[in-house]
Amino acid sequence: MSMGLTLLAAGIATYLTRLSFIALAHRGTAPAWITRPLRLVPAAVLSALILPAVLAPQGMLQLWPLSPRALAGVAAVLVAWKTSSILLTLVVGMSVLWLAGLLLPG
Amino acid sequence: MSGSQPTTSGSPSDSPLPRAHPSGRPAAGAREEFLRGILAEIPLLLGVVPFGLIYGVIAIQSGLTPATAQAASAVVFAGSSQFVMSQLVAGGASGVVIVVSITAINLRHALYSASLAPHLAHLSAGWKALLAYLLTDEAYAVSIGHLEADGPRVHRHFFLLGAGLTLWASWQASTALGLFAGARLPQSWSLDFTLPLLFIAMVIPQLKDRAGVAAALVAGGLAVALRGLPLGLGVLLAAVAGILAATPLERGEA
Repeated sequence: MSMGLTLLAAGIATYLTRLSFIALAHRGTAPAWITRPLRLVPAAVLSALILPAVLAPQGMLQLWPLSPRALAGVAAVLVAWKTSSILLTLVVGMSVLWLAGLLLPG
Repeated sequence: MSGSQPTTSGSPSDSPLPRAHPSGRPAAGAREEFLRGILAEIPLLLGVVPFGLIYGVIAIQSGLTPATAQAASAVVFAGSSQFVMSQLVAGGASGVVIVVSITAINLRHALYSASLAPHLAHLSAGWKALLAYLLTDEAYAVSIGHLEADGPRVHRHFFLLGAGLTLWASWQASTALGLFAGARLPQSWSLDFTLPLLFIAMVIPQLKDRAGVAAALVAGGLAVALRGLPLGLGVLLAAVAGILAATPLERGEA
């Protein structure tokens, strides 16, 4: 599939989720068997992207000693947990990554 | 969300007749609703514009062409899924995996759609089509309180239009700026790592209950275990497994 087609298909699918209930003029809310799994989608998808990128950036799992990326990831989790600030998480995470890259070998 | 209650909207809903507002105006006009929608959206741009800038930078560094990256902002118009798309493209994922992943992440819009539907039911098909396109987390967040408030509601949809268009224009412009900057930043800065950091910033505050934590741990752990699978399939399988594993927990707490 070309990049253009991919984009078009993703755009149409996304648009249809937005239009869904508005177009049906459905009154009330979606049934629970739809909303329960839907609520978990962001947590599951994002975590599935985060952990490999942090723990195995080049495909190799490295748990000890922690790599600069893993250290930065741990710091980011703590900052996000304590502050819920996107900007602070970004600043602290990148600072730890750069510092650890300077101080640690590899 | 109830932070966007109108301050000057019309008569109380229990009024027997469509009466004029005490100030002499009947209901807020289309233009006034539109402007209020814009004003309500502006504070959110503090978060959205940097997000769009970073998206532009990351898209370039992930190997998307500027045209593709900008088109994604117009065609898909959903920030977190565009970040995921960049990540998947960088990892060499197939088109099918990209489409399925983006769609899965954007399924939450169906919830907003369901919530707004009763308030937009009286509108023409054209209005519904336009407002659906502009329906984002941020536009929904500032509009739903206003749409649900008491009082005359003939022109309420202009509020959503104002909020949605403001966000749309900001997203397109910040993407373009980010693309411009992203092509000029060196690879050695490891800016690709801002992507997992952004995801961390988005996901951690959402992990408020057992089900969310379980979904994150199962999906994250499996994604590491399945990282060798081609085309980003590991991410997809891990996410589906995380959702399925955690859904019964959520039922227990509902």
